[in-house]
Amino acid sequence: MSAAPGEIEIQVLWNRLLAVVEEQAQTLVRTAFSTAAREAGDISAGVFDMQGRMLAQAVTGTPGHVNSMARSVRHFLDAFPPATLHDGDVLITNDPWKGTGHLFDLTVVTPIFLEGRAVALFACTTHVVDIGGLGVSAEGRQIYHEGLYIPPMHLARLGIMNEDLLAIVRANVREPVQVVGDIHALAACNETGGRRLRQMMREFDLADLDRIGEEIITRSRRAMGEAVGRLPRGSWSASMTIDGFEGPVTLAATLSLAGDRVLVDYTGTSGLSRYAINCPLCYTEAYTCFAVKAALAPWIPNNTGTLDAVVVTAPENTIVNAPHPAAVYARSVIGHMLPDVVFGCLDQALPLTVPAEGTSSLWNLSLLAGHGLTGTEGTGTRAFNVTTFHSGGAGARPRQDGLSATPFPSGVRAVPVEITEAITPLVIWRKELRAGSGGPGRQRGGLGQRMEIGHRDGAAFAIQARFERGIHPARGRDGGRPGATGRLSLLSGASLGLKGLQVIPAGDRLVVEMPGGGGYGDPLTRHPTAVARDVSYGLIDTAAAERDYGVVICADGLPDPDATARRRAALGQRP
Amino acid sequence: MDVGPRLAVDIGGTFTDLVLALPDRWLSAKVLTTPEAPERGVLDGTSAILAQAGVAAGDLALVIHGTTLATNALIERKGAKTALVTTAGFRDTLEIAHEHRFEQYDLYMERPEPLVPRPWRYEVPERIAADGAVLLPMDETAVVRIGARLRAEGFGAVAVSFLHAYRNDVHERRAREILSRFIVPELISISSEVCPEIREYERTSTTVANAYVLPLMEGYLRRLQDGLGTMGCAAPLLLMMSSGGITTVETARRFPIRLVESGPAGGAMLAQVLAAANGIDRALAFDMGGTTAKITLIDDQQPQRARQFEIARVARFVKGSGIPVRIPVIDMVEIGAGGGSIVRVDGLGRIAVGPDSAGSRPGPVSYGRGGSLPTVTDADLVLGWIDPARFAGGQITLDAVAAARVVADSVASPLGMELGRAALGITELVTETMASAARIHALENGKETAGRTMIAFGGAAPLHAARLAQKLGIDRVLVPVGAGVGSAHGFLSAPIGYEVVRTRLMALDAFDAALVHALFAAMRAEAEQVVRLGSPEAALHEVRTAYMRYRGQGHEIAVPLPAGPYTADMLYDAFTTTYQALYGRTIPNLAVEVLTWTLALAEMRRLPACLPDVPPAPPPPPAARRRLIDPCTGATVEAEVHDRAVLSAGARVVGPAVIVEAETSTLVPTGFRAGPNAAGHILIERIAR
Repeated sequence: MSAAPGEIEIQVLWNRLLAVVEEQAQTLVRTAFSTAAREAGDISAGVFDMQGRMLAQAVTGTPGHVNSMARSVRHFLDAFPPATLHDGDVLITNDPWKGTGHLFDLTVVTPIFLEGRAVALFACTTHVVDIGGLGVSAEGRQIYHEGLYIPPMHLARLGIMNEDLLAIVRANVREPVQVVGDIHALAACNETGGRRLRQMMREFDLADLDRIGEEIITRSRRAMGEAVGRLPRGSWSASMTIDGFEGPVTLAATLSLAGDRVLVDYTGTSGLSRYAINCPLCYTEAYTCFAVKAALAPWIPNNTGTLDAVVVTAPENTIVNAPHPAAVYARSVIGHMLPDVVFGCLDQALPLTVPAEGTSSLWNLSLLAGHGLTGTEGTGTRAFNVTTFHSGGAGARPRQDGLSATPFPSGVRAVPVEITEAITPLVIWRKELRAGSGGPGRQRGGLGQRMEIGHRDGAAFAIQARFERGIHPARGRDGGRPGATGRLSLLSGASLGLKGLQVIPAGDRLVVEMPGGGGYGDPLTRHPTAVARDVSYGLIDTAAAERDYGVVICADGLPDPDATARRRAALGQRP
Repeated sequence: MDVGPRLAVDIGGTFTDLVLALPDRWLSAKVLTTPEAPERGVLDGTSAILAQAGVAAGDLALVIHGTTLATNALIERKGAKTALVTTAGFRDTLEIAHEHRFEQYDLYMERPEPLVPRPWRYEVPERIAADGAVLLPMDETAVVRIGARLRAEGFGAVAVSFLHAYRNDVHERRAREILSRFIVPELISISSEVCPEIREYERTSTTVANAYVLPLMEGYLRRLQDGLGTMGCAAPLLLMMSSGGITTVETARRFPIRLVESGPAGGAMLAQVLAAANGIDRALAFDMGGTTAKITLIDDQQPQRARQFEIARVARFVKGSGIPVRIPVIDMVEIGAGGGSIVRVDGLGRIAVGPDSAGSRPGPVSYGRGGSLPTVTDADLVLGWIDPARFAGGQITLDAVAAARVVADSVASPLGMELGRAALGITELVTETMASAARIHALENGKETAGRTMIAFGGAAPLHAARLAQKLGIDRVLVPVGAGVGSAHGFLSAPIGYEVVRTRLMALDAFDAALVHALFAAMRAEAEQVVRLGSPEAALHEVRTAYMRYRGQGHEIAVPLPAGPYTADMLYDAFTTTYQALYGRTIPNLAVEVLTWTLALAEMRRLPACLPDVPPAPPPPPAARRRLIDPCTGATVEAEVHDRAVLSAGARVVGPAVIVEAETSTLVPTGFRAGPNAAGHILIERIAR
């Protein structure tokens, strides 16, 4: 095709750049070791121009890297200006404040050269298996407890790997082979992207990405501006209180508009936690931006043009803008809650658009047994340590029930029961929808799950708990009611705590009841047929149908219209 | 081996293709698919093609059939009223699925409704452990109670899926025995037979899907056999499977889920034969029809294979949005890009093509059947690539004026482009979409598209092949004889075959050679029993595969195994070789394990020998000339039009040119030349610069 890109060429090039980063991301997903990367797609990949503007980003399983990775490239360029970079150089960091929010995430950036000139940067991030320190625990009090900290530096110079850095990594992490393998995978996926980019530039006879980059950013910015422009002018505030680690945490936000930008400010949010649930601002930005974009313009690809349309601020020393040296390992506990708060603001500006609150924070089960933890060593029991990803119910939507047992905003996947049982001594006796847990509403909240877990040999085991929505439920919207709170208990009856290490004594079983999502709209306006179906499906019982929905179910399972009308009138609803 | 006339019939989304192979020649035909009673299209088409050939139905030696009926029943939810009987505590497995959202940014996403609603899922107290031990014996009185209810409530099919039944099937077999007192045993599918593989959601989903389509397929196959019988045809009927093998009606009735995606598998089998006959070691099969395009990689004459597939995706072509089935399939990437794919301009002013298709009804605007949205075929027509009078064998006369109007109104005006540029934009973007999907697919398998030879078939492929090849770094494209009905041709070359699977988690540091030997012996016996139904005497060919991973990884890779006996070192070496090829590296000192074992058994089939080269011959004068827009230069050019039937072997037509035939047209852009080889297949080659 001709050298000056016309309209068709611009569209083809844009699609090609999106395909290039998709290839880059797929390379990483398939070669990474950590479960988070493989099963949950907890990675990101993108291409940037030499000013550090992101032109395309792969759509992956985690919104947590959306802005944070984009911003990290600017930090790299500040430390290593383009003029100092050479073909074969590769940069790396896991700085939570300059990368993606905790030490487990390694970000790698590679400059790409064409005919001796730097033309683009590829960046990628993955969550590694281990980074030393306390490991997979929210009990850290400072970043120094949380493992190896790699400031932005060269991973390779002129194609030669920085073996000193790799030796330090090997000496500090529990799974050196896998972690160093992941570092190689990160570098290799950028190379894959770079190779494809060079092919594209030769095919289309491009010397640089200036023109196409400008077009992508301008068009996306304009489309995002149009979406923002459809909002009424004003300022809206919302807040949500959650259980927190050592005490309740309030997340407060004010959303306002400035021209074609959305401003979200978290003034009023609680201060720092002593535990590792603090968020660096970059991570707060990522989940905030995700929520705004999902509500306003989900179809516009992520790039600097779209991301710049959302400006996030928060006072320093709040739990959503934690400075060094706060502990940040489990920052997702807070980060996953932020879209609910943003939706609380947006609902006032854009009625009938956003969902009710959901479980939001994941209910991952970190189960283990071993020396010093469960005290069962020496009895012939295998030590084990396994984390499986699970979710409670999501919030109801304006015109749809909430999704049951489905993550939001995270994009993880569960591990099959049969796989977990094949690699651990655990037996999962039940894994089913938790009846009655969905928040009542015209649209019902999604149901949580009930799981019952025992040890094959009847030995003791433990769970590393950091669960939310145990005290403060997911609230409904527009008259919808809250979902059920979550609970951990023993099959023999006693309750367990939702934070910290909990031991399941020998012979007993762990019962996990995950929270439900909030309902949407007045439950007394839910269609009686839908209520009757929920009863016949065993999602609610007849008592709840009457109490929460004012629907009286006959013996044949169908709603009784007259009795329902009377019941609803008595509950304060016009017949 | 077969002497008499053989008939292949492929029901696709838009057209039903027929190929009749006679000892000295073959004929093909295309009729519109009749979704309401698919056998009617098949039987009408059969009568027509037999009449055209002057062959009596009674003279047919073999009928090979591939159908999308099972797939359609799953998409349209027209299967039987099906019950699921499962382990107590797990009735929601089918609904909870992977606890996953397949669309990250869509607040209104819905997962597919399970095929069996919650009240129809029955729980039985029983439990098998991961190692096959019985943790809780089955409560047989509970099964009896369920059986009575199933009969009372008139279920048409039953699926039984218990946890870890792939490891120990004792409870499933006993449950079937008990349920058979209440339900016809043929209507009960058990997971340890349909899909004896670890991962409860996929196994249950596959078993339920099998049960769901079983009564319907049974009825269809009976009506088809009856119809053929009435016609006087006494030839055996064999069914094409998604694995690329063919099987008997008996097996198809038990495991109808294995018949989904049989048409595309036929296309891959054709490509395999063509790769052999033309000496192509690294091929890329490109099959583009009215609704979708499919791309398959074929290395050393072996199409890439896989063990899972998704049907009835609620978000078309979005991974994770459909019903997963674990069956042996030819591994292909399917893209919502066909002649009927609908074109829109999105909110960013971008041309978006597909994935939805206008299908055969209403079809593209130019079909004149009520379609009002522009499609790829409409754009092709505006570009001058198609002769409106000769489309699909002349069955439909295309309305070029209507096509131009809709492309102008829906794409050119909103974007402020002239008509020809807008039409070229449409084909460029749909080609780009296919190219991206092909590159990702290759990458996922540790392979490259560049340097391959493309084998292009299906009605829309020969028009778009050369430009796609260019985008993929491919310099040679083979457009076979009968390219427009490629899949049906492939049926004729497919072997009778069957594949079985077993899950046995085995760490190589605790490798049990005797157990593995016994496992493969049992698998061989099971496969042989099925294959011998259709092929009592032929020599058989066996392929063994182990699905292996580093301990701690979540996905296995398919590792080809030589014939046994095996040692742990041998498996370790086989694993690292495959891992290296896929990912470019291995991880030393990390334990390796096998999760699943498969054995594929098929008739030994001699692939054709490589064809001789033919000396160049001068091209005949063009039959006509046509103005068209060249896909590679974007320029309007005067192209030669040649009739494929009169081009002799060795003749080379230089692009821009169009080579026309009954079912399709081959577009030769500027910078390419093309002509038939010794077997009449058109080879399009890039002219070296």
